[in-house]
Amino acid sequence: MKAPADLKYSKNDEWIRVEDEVATMGITDYAQDQLSDVVFVEIVVFEGDKLGQGETCAVVESVKAAADIYLPVGGEILAINEALVDSPELINEDPFGKAWLIKIKISDPGELDSLMDAEAYKNLERDH
Amino acid sequence: MYTSHTQADREAMLKTIGVDKMEDLFQSLPDEGKFPELALPGGITEMEALDELQYISTANETPQELVSFLGAGAYNHYIPAAVDSILRRSEFYTAYTPYQPEISQGTLQAIFEYQSLIAALTGMDVANASHYDGATAVAEAVNMAYHNFRGRRKKIVLSPTVHPQYRDTIHTYMKGMNLEIVGENLKSEDGPDELIPLIDDQTALVLVQYPDFFGRIFDLTKLSEAAHANKALFSVHVNPISLGLIKPPSEFDADIVTGEGQALGIPMAFGGPYLGLFATKNQYVRKMAGRLAGETVDTQGKRGYVLTLNTREQHIRREQATSNICTNQGLITLASTVYLSLLGKNGLQELANLNYHKAHYAAERISTVPGFMVNPVQPFFNEFVVHCPLPAAEINQLLLAHDILGGYDLSQDYPDLTHELLVAVTEMNSRSEIDFMVEVLEEETHD
Amino acid sequence: MTEPTIFELSKPNRKGIRFPAPDVPLAELPKDFLREELPLPEVPENEVIRHFTNISQLNHAVDTGFYPLGSCTMKYNPKINEETARLPGFSQIHPLQPVETVQGALGLMHETQQWLSEISGFDAVSLQPAAGAHGELTGVLIIRAYHRSRGDTKRTKMLVPDSAHGTNPASSAMSGMKMVELPSNDRGNVDLDVLKAECDDTLAGIMITNPNTLGLFDENIIEACQLVHESGGLVYGDGANMNALLGIYKPADMGIDVMHFNLHKTFSTPHGGGGPGSGPVGVTKELADFLPAPLVVMTSEGDEDNPAFYDLINPEQTIGRVKSFHGHFSIIVRAFTYLLILGKNGLKDVATHAVLNANYIQARVKDIYHIPYERMCMHEFVTEGRWEDAPGIRALDISKRLIDFGFHPPTNYFPLIVPEALMIEPTETETKETLDAFADTLLQIADEAKNNPDILHNAPTKAPFGRLDEVKAAKELILKTQLPEDY
Repeated sequence: MKAPADLKYSKNDEWIRVEDEVATMGITDYAQDQLSDVVFVEIVVFEGDKLGQGETCAVVESVKAAADIYLPVGGEILAINEALVDSPELINEDPFGKAWLIKIKISDPGELDSLMDAEAYKNLERDH
Repeated sequence: MYTSHTQADREAMLKTIGVDKMEDLFQSLPDEGKFPELALPGGITEMEALDELQYISTANETPQELVSFLGAGAYNHYIPAAVDSILRRSEFYTAYTPYQPEISQGTLQAIFEYQSLIAALTGMDVANASHYDGATAVAEAVNMAYHNFRGRRKKIVLSPTVHPQYRDTIHTYMKGMNLEIVGENLKSEDGPDELIPLIDDQTALVLVQYPDFFGRIFDLTKLSEAAHANKALFSVHVNPISLGLIKPPSEFDADIVTGEGQALGIPMAFGGPYLGLFATKNQYVRKMAGRLAGETVDTQGKRGYVLTLNTREQHIRREQATSNICTNQGLITLASTVYLSLLGKNGLQELANLNYHKAHYAAERISTVPGFMVNPVQPFFNEFVVHCPLPAAEINQLLLAHDILGGYDLSQDYPDLTHELLVAVTEMNSRSEIDFMVEVLEEETHD
Repeated sequence: MTEPTIFELSKPNRKGIRFPAPDVPLAELPKDFLREELPLPEVPENEVIRHFTNISQLNHAVDTGFYPLGSCTMKYNPKINEETARLPGFSQIHPLQPVETVQGALGLMHETQQWLSEISGFDAVSLQPAAGAHGELTGVLIIRAYHRSRGDTKRTKMLVPDSAHGTNPASSAMSGMKMVELPSNDRGNVDLDVLKAECDDTLAGIMITNPNTLGLFDENIIEACQLVHESGGLVYGDGANMNALLGIYKPADMGIDVMHFNLHKTFSTPHGGGGPGSGPVGVTKELADFLPAPLVVMTSEGDEDNPAFYDLINPEQTIGRVKSFHGHFSIIVRAFTYLLILGKNGLKDVATHAVLNANYIQARVKDIYHIPYERMCMHEFVTEGRWEDAPGIRALDISKRLIDFGFHPPTNYFPLIVPEALMIEPTETETKETLDAFADTLLQIADEAKNNPDILHNAPTKAPFGRLDEVKAAKELILKTQLPEDY
């Protein structure tokens, strides 16, 4: 299972990369593998929205599941990745790179403490 | 009945299972209450059952015995013999939801064609593979609009001339949603533009019927514009036969079109099963509940169909699905598919015209009877309101004495409309039936 | 060969039906409203019949072969039901006719309500709901209305076991309830300790399926219902698996307060390629006044000279209508025909043979297929479609291989709590020979899975179509015939 060491992870399989007070987020390699072929991505927040940690920000759909994606930290939405609308397969091809979902201006850096590092994420207990 | 094991079969099977007798199969059930004696009769043969059911059925009076002008959401139309011939193919009717596409292409292609026909008929981009009936289709339109705005818009503007039973159904469905439903208290005689002042930026949906419950045809352009100016969705409920004659709701830029599909080759059958039509624009396809078949190819590259966008549905989304619908109107969609295939473009135009002309003849003739009035300028399709000199219930009683079902007494739902009778005329009503009703009205209400 | 769509068979000015010329003078048309384009196909009758007959033959159906689709009760549909439902006295009556002209129909509905009451132990039954999920919505709204009628508005929590049908959580969400999922214990029963912890004054109720979707009778059912009742909640029963209980146990006697029936599962009305179903709801007397409007009642019992008289009423505290008119009447006629023919002994035979057949297949395959909760099952059982020594084989592959042998696959990937689930429900109407052939085939496939896995991966090869590309369908979303510009 791929999980780059410079990222932080939520238990819902989102990743987050923090640069200063801006965070970029997406879904993990494990998540895309569980979903299999992604056929549709809908980002349900807009630039400028101010949202809290854990709020729904996107829906990622494959032929066998639809997963709600939650904000790993709260803040103001700075950018959304429009490319995913036309090329949802990017999620399968490059989950930690081209398939970023949202950039957020973090409102409370303390929330980052609730996330895992790569090692902890890899060792997370799974139901199956 | 309908089980086939011999005593020897049963014994061999019980032995394989490792128990002695049939009762042992139920050992995990509590003893108290197990194997209750049912206070029901013993079984009868098929021959006796047919006899019994035939006897019961003769206690009902059909259009063979009664001349009927009753509509109000269920219509007596001719059903071509070919429709039932296809419905009786047990490859269709004894299959279930096509979960295994390799051995379900018959059902899947039929659904795909149904979607294509309903999209063409309504002028919309995409139709789902059905809701239970017109009432639940309308309730699902409200449900879809509510979810489209993620519950943030709480107001529904509902025309008072949407079928009263459909409005009841909306209220039932939406009980848990804290919606504000406005518009129903407006005067039913007024047109749809009266709804415009009620629309605001909290409105999720504006919902009207076209032709409306009173059969009237109104221009919906202004209402649609007002809905869209507030970014609300605009939903129109149709009588599908009327769309052979009048322009489809897509020309009013409807976002959702629903319909009662019973008129499309489905027997009246005391109210069901009928067919809820539901169509929308491409941009809302993922907000729409219900099943969808999509075109694809198999491993050999051969064109085929699968159920698609399943992930919107309850079996995957569970409590996050927009709707709980699972079993839908499968075979009834097939009936309407065969019906629309047979009629085609010319047949549906012919039929719609026939309904229109007969209804207008009836309206004109009834208007000649002293004390009876039909609005002479309001366009209508195959159903119209007659103002009577007596309460509509009394008129119906007078007509029933002559074996005529006069129509629907509107005072049941609109207390102010005490003397108003809703009369439907279809291709099944001959000129002589219409003349007969007019004669009876003349005789019975003459001083 | 690819079967053309009905649109591709069209040629201008063909028609499949003619209507009589108008026998009335023509009225002026509403010129502001006339439709210009009507892009429907134009096909003659014989071609329409041939087209739909041809595509029908691409289907597997109960009438063409074994259909052990778990949770769906794909039993044989007696042909007499089709005849009685089509009697003109039933098929041609209008739902709004005066009640005195439809006494036969109302009497039949009343009688069906009585039969369903007696079979289930409930005090009142409404025939209005159109399908199982529709019955669930009705039932949960009844529970909601009951609590609110007592001013108990904070009861909004609905418990749903993790093995439940997806319709349960969806129905409860549609009714504005907050759903809480309950885990099953290691015998596949509701976990009483977890249940106990959720029983508080916000509990609206629990939605329970018994036998549950593992095909097991919940051994804790009586206690579970008691716990819920003691804390002021109500118990909803999902009647999808009623086929196992006819004449065996009355759901009301377990402590269930409200339940839907699936006439298209238990009472032999056809599944129709996805419907129409019928989902009557039965309730205890405390809930009868909340049933959806209208209900059929007998207003006079009749005597030697006068027949009984039936009417439609709205219960005083009704939740309202859940659809137009009175329910799926012609489906109800079919179910009533079936009930009359079976009678009380026939009903019990249905359940005992359904359970016998399921246990028989389970016994024949259990040494080779892992059964996660190995107990005597009811009318169906769930097995895992995977083996450690057959890597890469999934339940789906087994299902597709079954198609090559002429069987409809079991339900796949449900219930969610069993990995690679295969849910097998043979029903009572199959012969021992069919059950043996199916069990033999399952064993053969298990052998192939280990020794010749490609044969499974490539299956089906003997069906009219190979596996279909679901990803392509979901990405391209072609949801209707693509018409040429000039159609």
